[in-house]
Amino acid sequence: MTLTRRRLLYLLPAAAIAWDSLIAGTPETAPNYNMTDHWWGLLIDVTKCIGCGTCVNACQAENNVPEGYYRTWVERYHVSDWNFENPQVDSPEGGKHGFPALEKEGGKSFYVPKMCNHCADSPCTQVCPVGATFVSPDGVVLVDQKYCLGCRYCIQACPYGCRFLNPETNTASKCTLCYHRITKGLTTACCETCPTGTRQLVDLKNPNDPVHKFIETHSVQVLKPHLATQAKAFYYGLDGSVR
Amino acid sequence: MAAVFAAGILSFLLARSIFVPKSFGQYGHYRGAALQEIAARPITFAGHDACESCHTDVQETKSKGVHAPVACESCHGPLAKHADDPTALQPPKMDVAVLCVRCHEANKAKPKSFPQVVSADHSGGVVCNTCHQPHSPRIAEAAGTNGDTSSGGGQ
Repeated sequence: MTLTRRRLLYLLPAAAIAWDSLIAGTPETAPNYNMTDHWWGLLIDVTKCIGCGTCVNACQAENNVPEGYYRTWVERYHVSDWNFENPQVDSPEGGKHGFPALEKEGGKSFYVPKMCNHCADSPCTQVCPVGATFVSPDGVVLVDQKYCLGCRYCIQACPYGCRFLNPETNTASKCTLCYHRITKGLTTACCETCPTGTRQLVDLKNPNDPVHKFIETHSVQVLKPHLATQAKAFYYGLDGSVR
Repeated sequence: MAAVFAAGILSFLLARSIFVPKSFGQYGHYRGAALQEIAARPITFAGHDACESCHTDVQETKSKGVHAPVACESCHGPLAKHADDPTALQPPKMDVAVLCVRCHEANKAKPKSFPQVVSADHSGGVVCNTCHQPHSPRIAEAAGTNGDTSSGGGQ
């Protein structure tokens, strides 16, 4: 049989598929943890936050976050009694050392912890040119540090300001929802250490999770819902002035 | 011509096999092995279950007081190394003058139901654990009285 151009064109796709499956090998499996059984999110009960900054410290200790950078931070809002649209917000050192006394009279003040919202339809993963950031099968937005070019597209794309360029590695860095902890059956460092229970990890695929039940039965909302990012950081008791 | 095509495509496949990581595309348009790498990082906070498995006496005291929901490492700091090998790392002594006020110093932005004090007025320089036991801080409980004046919750 002579190898004509037509026969070669028939053969090549089959050869390509065979070659691809040959080099792909067998998928790796994680012991005792099945990614498809989970869909992680977070509940943040704003009515409980005392702005102690324990979560910020815990996150930095757990994840070796460089000094001056924050994967989570706490903002203090002050809404005057007449200007609801323009709240005054401060977050000295991300709230790491707590907050100084508030001198303002009237109006209302409260703390809002912020972090990656682990959006199911995240703008940051969509702009990555190399596939270095992605939503994992269990719903966590992660960065592959070995694959990231440090182009900063994702940092600009995140509407919540949750990403930064790690000055030590020159790669994008962000909250991993303590992926190394939740895959071991632990909660995140911020949820573990939060003294008031403001932050709670939720498994949205587990109907028996009490936090999941709380979200089902209470009025919660996400930040910037108009962006339709399918954010999974659910806020309870959030004021309308929060941006 | 067919040979040129074949050589070109083979060299493309060869280059692809070298430059594209094996696990790329395993779960999506990313390197599947990255998930295992991120998950393999060591933990720093042991979690309260690990603490309570040894320190049952503290757990019992704490469970009866208002600090029951507060995890051990909220105050004592990250202690996974201590949980792995208690002799390897001894938890540092807590500085209550800093620690208690981190949560309980009065601030207008804190929820009104949360016990807050102006520490300078409240204790007059006396350190907190002179009166309050940190693991069960409400004085009324410790004294067995029926009063609702938790000194942690005083004004």
